[in-house]
This record gives sequence, C-alpha cells and structure tokens, in this order.
Amino acid sequence: MAGLSFDLIALQLFAGLALGAIYVLFAIGLSLIFGMLTVVNFAHGAFYMVGAYVGLYLISLGGNFWLCLIAVPLLIGLFGLAVERVLIRPLYGRGIDYPLLLTFGLSYVMVECVRIAFGKTGYPFDTPEILQGAVNIGVGYFPLYRLFVIGATAVVLLALWLFLEKTSFGLIIRAGARDPQIVRVLGVDVSRVWLIVFGIGTAIAGFAGLLAAPLQGVIPEMGGTILAEAFVVTVVGGMGSIGGAVLAGLLVGVVVSMTSLFAPEMAKVSIFALMAVVLVVRPQGFFGRAGLLS
Amino acid sequence: MTSKVTRTGSMSRRRLLTTAGAGAVLAVSPFRIKLVQAQEATIKIGFPVPLTGPYGAEAQDQVRAGQLAVAQFNDAGGLNGRKAELVVRDDKLNPGEAATRTLELVEKEKVNFVVGSLSAAVQLAINNVTKERGIIFNSISQSDAINEASDFSKYTFHEALNPHMTSGAVGRYAFAKFGKKVAFLTADYAYGHEMVRGFLEVGKQFNIENLGDIRHPLGTSDFSTVLPRLQALKPDILCISNFGRDQQIALKQATDFGIKKSTQIIAPVLSHASRVAAGAQAFEGVIGGSSFYWGIEDKFASTKAFNDAFRKMYDGKVPTDYGALAYGGVRAMLEAVKGAGTVDTDKVIAALEALKYDYYKGPQYYRKCDHQSVQSVLIVKSKSRDMKNDADVFEVLSTEEPNEKNLRTCDDLGHKS
Repeated sequence: MAGLSFDLIALQLFAGLALGAIYVLFAIGLSLIFGMLTVVNFAHGAFYMVGAYVGLYLISLGGNFWLCLIAVPLLIGLFGLAVERVLIRPLYGRGIDYPLLLTFGLSYVMVECVRIAFGKTGYPFDTPEILQGAVNIGVGYFPLYRLFVIGATAVVLLALWLFLEKTSFGLIIRAGARDPQIVRVLGVDVSRVWLIVFGIGTAIAGFAGLLAAPLQGVIPEMGGTILAEAFVVTVVGGMGSIGGAVLAGLLVGVVVSMTSLFAPEMAKVSIFALMAVVLVVRPQGFFGRAGLLS
Repeated sequence: MTSKVTRTGSMSRRRLLTTAGAGAVLAVSPFRIKLVQAQEATIKIGFPVPLTGPYGAEAQDQVRAGQLAVAQFNDAGGLNGRKAELVVRDDKLNPGEAATRTLELVEKEKVNFVVGSLSAAVQLAINNVTKERGIIFNSISQSDAINEASDFSKYTFHEALNPHMTSGAVGRYAFAKFGKKVAFLTADYAYGHEMVRGFLEVGKQFNIENLGDIRHPLGTSDFSTVLPRLQALKPDILCISNFGRDQQIALKQATDFGIKKSTQIIAPVLSHASRVAAGAQAFEGVIGGSSFYWGIEDKFASTKAFNDAFRKMYDGKVPTDYGALAYGGVRAMLEAVKGAGTVDTDKVIAALEALKYDYYKGPQYYRKCDHQSVQSVLIVKSKSRDMKNDADVFEVLSTEEPNEKNLRTCDDLGHKS
C-alpha cells in the first residue's frame, strides 16, 4: 500500500494516544485497587460493562448522557462499596488468590445477570449529538467524541492525583498502602479506607464503561476483551503504580496504532509482545514495587 | 467349570428360543407396526450455533426460526405421528467447541441430522465430524470451501448463500455505480478471505483498482487505528467484509471518522440483527447483500406465510435473514424426511437432491454436484429515515435471480461429473 505521508503518521500517532487514553482510564481503577489493597480485581471488566448498561438504562428512562457522567460512577461506586463490604472484606489477610478467585467468579455472575436482565444481544448507544462527527485536528479528521474521551480521562487523572496527593484522606490511603499495621496503631480504621478505595476504583471502571459505550455499543461481554488489555497495561506499568499505568496505557495505544499501520494482522499480538519484552528486561514493570505480589 | 458353561449355554439357548418365538409372533401380528413405532424416538435435529460471542444476535434468531420449522412439522402430524425436536447447542463461535458439541450431539443425543453454524470456519469443523459419522449436515452460514470437493461429502448440504454468490452480486451492483477505486477492511478468517476473493474476481470485469486490504482479527472492538489509513487511501468504495459485532463496531466507528462523506461503504452481507443492535446511525447508507429480508413479502406468498407464522409465534417480531436460513435449512430437512417417508440417511439425501422448494424467499433447489442451494441474492441499503417501525431497516435495491451461472462451476470446485 502506497501513501505513507507525514500527516498519516502523525494522525496514526494521535489515534494511538487516543486509544491509549481509553486503556489508561480502564486500567487506572484496576491499578488503584491493586496498589492499595493488593486485590487483583478480575471483576473490573464486569463493573465496566455494568457501567455501560446502567448508562443505557438511565438514558432509556429519560436521562441524558451528561447526567449519566455523574450518576453512573456514583451508582457503580456504591455497588463497589457493597461488594467490598460483603464479599472482599472477609478475605483480607488470606493470600492474594482468594480475592482473585472471588472476583473472577463474581464477573461471571454479573455478566450472566446482565444477560438475564437485558438479553444476550447488544444495544446501540448513540454518541451524544453535540459530540458527533469528525473535526480537523491539523493532520486529518478525528472523531470529536474521541477527543472528548481524552479530555475526560485527563480530568479523572487530575482529580485522582489531587485526591491522593493533596488531601489528608489521600495521605491516609497512601500510608495504608505502605504499612497498614502502623496506620491501624495510629488509630485509623484501615478497613474503612480500603472500602473507599475499592469504591473509587469501581466507580472509575463504570465511568470508563459509559465512555466506551458510544464507541462500540453495549453488550454483556464487552468487559472481557478490554480486561486482557488492561492487565497488560498494569503489568507493563508496574502492578499498583498509577503513574506507570498512565505511561504504559499510552505506550500500548501507540504500539497498537503503529503496528496497525504497518502490519494490521499483528496489532493484537503486538500488545503481548510488548509485555513479554518488558517482563524480560524489567520484571516489575516501569514503576512497580518488587515483591508486592509475594 | 464344566457345569457352569453348560448352564450359561442352556440359559442363552432358552432366551434365544423365547426371543425368536416372540419375534415370530410379532412378525405376523398387526401390532408390530405400532410397537416398532413406539420404540422409534423423536426425530432429533442437532443445532450448533454461536449463542454467546460476537455473532450472538444472529444466532438467537436462527434458534427462533428453527423452532418454528419444527413446530410446523409437528403440528402437521410429523412423520406418521413421529415428532421432531431441535437440540440446540452453543458452539461459542469456536471450531474446537463446535466439533466437540457436534460429536456429543451425534454420540450422546443420537441426532438424526445436524443443521446449524454461523461461521465460515466453524461450519467446516462441524462438517468434518458429520461427514465422518455419515450424518447429514445442512449448513446455514456462508462458506465457499464447503462447496469444494475437498470439504464436500454426499452428507453435506448448504442452504445459505456462499461468498462467491454474495460478493458477486454486491460487486456487480456497486462497482458499476460508485467507482473503481476500492479499499478493503476484512476480518482475518475464512469468511473475510473468501469475500475479498469474490469481490476481486467480479471486480476484474469492472477493472477496479485494489487500493489495499487491511485485515483485522475476529472479535475486534476498536478500529480507530486502521481507519485513518483507509481514509488516507481515498477510496470510492470501502468494502467492509466482517460480520456480527465486528461489523457493528466497524461501521459505527467508520461513521464517527467521517468516512461516509466521500466514500460509499459496502458490505458483502448486511445482517438485520446487527443493524438493529448497532442502530440506524452506524449503518446509514451502507449497501450490502442479503439472503432474505422480510419486506419481500409483497413479492412472494411463501415469504408472507413464513413472516405471519413467525409473527404469530414470537409476538409480532419479524424474522431476520439468518433466522430465515435456519427456517429454510430445518424445513428442507423435515420436508425431505416426509418425502422419503423415513429418516434413513441415503433416502433423505435423495429426497433433498430432488427437492424444488419455495419456503420463504421464492424458488430454490440444491445443485446436484455440491448441494449448494441455488437461490436469489438481495441487494439492500440501510435506512435511517422514514422508517415505519423497528423492523423497517432495509430498502431492497435490486434482486439477483437464482441462476447457476452465478455459482462457481462444478468443474472449478473439483467435482468429477
């Protein structure tokens, strides 16, 4: 195929970053929960999917997309709180595989419940009217909605950073992740901290699902494919590192995009090739702390 | 030791005598027919389809319509009172899973026939099992390979269209109207490959220029990284050969990227269920092929009858293209059983070969050499306005009438005459 212009390569790079933003948004909740709670949340994809369905449902009741941007993370976050309190909490201190298996099973339950409630077939999810269409970004046309997703991701990251780094509750969360025992001795209710972290992580998953819905429609299995990609992002970035997840997410997006340009058949494999290379060179990932899993 | 042998010997001799005696009585008795009939179980049709996964929407319609064909057969009295039953299995769109499920259907469920599949690749896996076991398989999804001598067997029938017919019809329509510069976005497996081969072959007659073919894995959820490239090629026609959820997402994202402004998007197959699942916006203006659309009920009495029966069974819903194929596939099988008066494999094969039928879309028949159903191909365009109801999704632009000339010849397929 001929026609490799500078504009095309620039546009391709941009498409990769845009795709990376979606990966980042999805992986960030996963990474947050793992980093603070050392819970590998296999139900993250299911929360993402439920987020999209809740959005769909609210819109069918007469809500609009903008309202959903607030309501969906709140509802999914509340659901996450309940899951942590009832299911995850009894498993703390029992080894990393207990919550892993539990959330794995939970993801199946959630997908089946959605299939029962909404059916196995997917639903369309129209892009909000004012975000429809493509705009010229200087090197070519790019869908407006994808630009919006990049912006939304940046807002979420900024809010999360401010919360963790600049508030006293964020300080407690960070301290709790380092050494829960000392924090407990200081009179802080660590289990309450973990509850809230899990809630925030799932709320972001639901938010990501809602944002993904106008890109690809809504279907019960939508969380499955992206979960594999999100694990690659968290592993490459370093399990538990939020900064690592951001960098790795964008990198994975660009790698997929550039592979698509030259060898589209390889695009899916390229992610895993990248992960293999990173694991060989730097087993803990970009910014991972060694020994978190042991 | 010796006494034991004698004893068992005498036991079996006695049993032999009783059995023979009973048999002799039965042979001359009028009760025999009834008794044999009571022993004969229902006629079982194995039905492996991908209920879960990217083609789930279409697969569920296959089951609905297949059930309708069975219900009609049973309501009409079955085969001298013998009822039929559809034994549905989820093949998960995976050839290995499909082979296992089919084997299970044959070995455990003891099905008489197999109808089903919804993938060019998966149906070959099913066909491998059924042809080895000597069970008739009527495939209801697209494939070219299944017609070829290497995959074909006398047990293999193909009710669905094949990619050669479909892409041929769509190509003949689109290449004459929208331009010669064509780019392809293709699902990287048998279905996509066969479609592109068909388009390029018919394209020779129109001197089309192939700008390039980008292949994506089955089950892709984001096309944003291949769309800028396709757009940069500036094609007159973008031909997207994928199916189910892949097609829904690809069309949705191509719309978002604004490709439709300067390019006509065509697809070998536009599926009704996918159009409903993806919404009007994504499919707007896309032109493609189809084996069936309920709207042709004005033209064919058989379509009207099929639609009405379907509406009655499923509270007003209309059947879709892949549903109609399942109906045709199952009904052809059951009509052949009725015609043959038995479920005996060879007799049913002969009955199927002799069938000239019109069950839902106008006249059809199975070509002798490859058991491909010779039938019409519809060219449809997706609507986005003036829709009368939820099911009013396509406009039929033209119809390619059934004609063996549009199929590859028996010689080409490697069948010795």
